[in-house]
Amino acid sequence: METVQLIGMISVLAAGLCIAIGSIGSAIGEGMAAAAALNALAQQPDQGGAITRTLFVSMAMIESTAIYAFVVSMILIFANPFWEYAITHAAGN
Amino acid sequence: MKFSPDQFILVDWGWGRLNATIVATWFEMALLVVVCWLVTRKLSSQATISRWQNLLEVVVSGIADHIRDITRQKPEPFLPFVGTLFIFILTSNILSVVPYYQPPTASLSTTSALALCVFVAVPVFGLSTRSLGSYLHEYFKPTVFMLPFNILGEITRTFALAVRLYGNLMSGTVISFVLLLIMPLIFPVVMNALGLLTGAIQAYIFALLAMVYIASALKHEEKKVIDNEPKK
Repeated sequence: METVQLIGMISVLAAGLCIAIGSIGSAIGEGMAAAAALNALAQQPDQGGAITRTLFVSMAMIESTAIYAFVVSMILIFANPFWEYAITHAAGN
Repeated sequence: MKFSPDQFILVDWGWGRLNATIVATWFEMALLVVVCWLVTRKLSSQATISRWQNLLEVVVSGIADHIRDITRQKPEPFLPFVGTLFIFILTSNILSVVPYYQPPTASLSTTSALALCVFVAVPVFGLSTRSLGSYLHEYFKPTVFMLPFNILGEITRTFALAVRLYGNLMSGTVISFVLLLIMPLIFPVVMNALGLLTGAIQAYIFALLAMVYIASALKHEEKKVIDNEPKK
């Protein structure tokens, strides 16, 4: 019983830390990318289409690390394999 | 909590299950096919065209313009594949505001299937413009030592394509669920409206990335011509 509680506690803690730490880098990166794109747009408004398109692609690339962190924390909370294992193990005993 | 349409089992025969993802995907494909068939049944090249024909023309020519900008080639070979990806994902994401409709793109199996289509399409389109030798030579491009990293990059970008779309759509569902528990009055509606915007942008990004990946596998002749252009 104690193992189950421990697993649940650590999973919730790890999920929170995962999304918190994991999103910092990509948030800073997206901000820098947006700032650079706005600078470029202010200097060359004619190239707006190309700049916006490149911005979208790079945003998607940068964002993917935050998405990975989010998916991992969702797995930890809602589909945690260790939790399932401990539950079935406890039920078996 | 059910946050994937895979978990909504509508019919269970024992040897197979019919979940909401399959039903929603087939419903959406039928919807797209029927609407497009009804519109293209009576196309006209007169000065006055029906509003539905106008809509389809705007969509198709917009996609073609984007493809021309990215590849700097004729968009016709890529238009069916990339256009289908874009319209399928966009329709699915926009229909997610319809009550009781589970968007199939919020399931990892759908997005993995779409990403695998892109994974297969990249060498197919690449080999249609260049020989096998020159295509494989791309993997040794900077040096031979980069071969494992190039192969790894090929796999991880497919994985990232699938997880990005899934993560964005699934996060929309989860956020509205959590907000329904905390403050069920107005905020879920606002987050759903934000989900519409995210869904449209994600459809655009998926099609754009597919096009960029395909363009990177094509022959690079056109690029050299552009590089030689005098700088403005």
